[in-house]
Amino acid sequence: MSAPLPEIDAPSALEVITAFIRSQAEQTGFQRLVVGLSGGVDSATVAFLAARAIGADNVLAVRMPYRSSSPNSEADAMRVVNALGCRTERVDITPMVDPMLALISGDDEAALRVRRGNVMARQRMIVLYDRSAAFDALVVGTSNKTEALLGYGTLYGDMASALAPIGDLYKSQLRAVADALGVPEEILAKPPSADLWPDQTDEAELGASYDDLDRLLYALVDRRWSVERCVAAGLDAELVAWVVQRVARNEFKRQTPPVAKVSLRTPGVDHLYPRRRPGSRRRS
Amino acid sequence: MEYRIGLAQYAPRLGEVDGNLELARGWMRRATGEGAQLVAFPELALSGYLLSDLVPEVAMRADDPRLAALSRDAPGVVLAIGFVEETNAHRFCNSAALLRDGELIGLHRKVYLPTYGMFDEGRFTRAGDRIRTHAVGEPLGSIGVSICEDFWHASLPMLQALDGASLLVNLAAGPARAPGSSAGLAAIAGWHKMQDTYALLGTVAVAFCNRVGNEEGLTFWGGSRLLGADGSTIAEGPLYEEALVVGSIDTDDLRMQRYGLPLLSDERVELVRRELDRIIAERAGLPSPPGEGEA
Repeated sequence: MSAPLPEIDAPSALEVITAFIRSQAEQTGFQRLVVGLSGGVDSATVAFLAARAIGADNVLAVRMPYRSSSPNSEADAMRVVNALGCRTERVDITPMVDPMLALISGDDEAALRVRRGNVMARQRMIVLYDRSAAFDALVVGTSNKTEALLGYGTLYGDMASALAPIGDLYKSQLRAVADALGVPEEILAKPPSADLWPDQTDEAELGASYDDLDRLLYALVDRRWSVERCVAAGLDAELVAWVVQRVARNEFKRQTPPVAKVSLRTPGVDHLYPRRRPGSRRRS
Repeated sequence: MEYRIGLAQYAPRLGEVDGNLELARGWMRRATGEGAQLVAFPELALSGYLLSDLVPEVAMRADDPRLAALSRDAPGVVLAIGFVEETNAHRFCNSAALLRDGELIGLHRKVYLPTYGMFDEGRFTRAGDRIRTHAVGEPLGSIGVSICEDFWHASLPMLQALDGASLLVNLAAGPARAPGSSAGLAAIAGWHKMQDTYALLGTVAVAFCNRVGNEEGLTFWGGSRLLGADGSTIAEGPLYEEALVVGSIDTDDLRMQRYGLPLLSDERVELVRRELDRIIAERAGLPSPPGEGEA
């Protein structure tokens, strides 16, 4: 009894996700999409999916480096732009972020890093939403299921979006989808990184490989295994405990803010409508 | 005798009843143009699926003149179409109307409302409490109609087969999920097994009409199917794409299948009822019915 990686039938997933993107554009009345392109596999995959769904001409990929960002990231982002032939813009966030970072101080260097990273992630989302208004487009999210479950992301930063096409794909599944889409090899091969400070990698920061995290999350979430069963299946007990706690602690990041119920019918509690209904579409 | 069936595998628009009536009319014309004598539409074809509190806004009576008018546009053709029904007592049901020449000749209210996982039907609609077959005339005699989740309970198709149905029509809105294994979508494999089994064990033809399209994060997978009474596939629709799936079942084949494999006539319904009575009593914690312990 081992804990397997979640599998994926990439062609089926591609069909489902591209149809999803198309229908979200159609239902909201937007014909264009904006994606923040970091040069990593997640945003590259989303850009490929967006171009496949609505055409590269209708996709704006925004590159938003900070002065400490790796030049390789930008080179990889340009590989995606060139492969797709989509529109692109470069917005250097350094002059926007630095005044805010100058105001941030404290003794705990690890906590400072997180705060600085959050500022950058939220600044990128400010830029992205501004570009979406100018380009008449929806912001496409680039968070995957592994990150969402672990809460490894910045609320109202990289976790913000109008639609989340890869939000139900684990990182390891995403790689299979990226491969099927033709995402450049250089991007698939490199270690995942949020690139918020030099030499940062996700796996070093999380303290485990994505494959191990995916095995564990797939067992806990999708297959509803108990902690005991996960450990009996050979997953590291300390890692299991850490992930269980982290998933629970970050539940608040995955839910819309709760409303204090006062009236007979409350939005989101018992005033329940689909987003898509007559009159919900934007007049184009 | 050949009997031609059209399965309209398309995407209704959420909450847009009038638009959906026109969509249905278009697919009906295409199907009758290809000689269909019975046209099946998806579950909730006139309202869309993910309704939540839209239910009362899209509900209609089973005798709604719009349904009758749709049917009158296809003289002599049997229509099986899904809609939100409001009963006289203002009970809101996920229903399927069986119509011909403007007349309502049968009605099925979804018995099993999935309210688990991604499904929340029991919160917004009430369950039906009748399982019937409906006379549609020769050569079929009578047919059974069911809606999506109803087919995940073997009791319903088997009751309809025992009740004399020669054809089981299932109207569905099946969302794709679990694209995990390399075998493709796990839910689809499950559906195929069920349909094959009901056709084979019930010695009935099976028509499964599943919608396509997207609502919110749900993607409906299509893949409508028509099966002969021996479980063979007569026609099958594509995944995810709109399509009209047309095929013919042969009632002579059904006749010889039932002669060669008399499963239905061998079924020991009185024994089944006796055992069901016992199980019902035991599940309710009541004394077992009389007759227990006799040899």
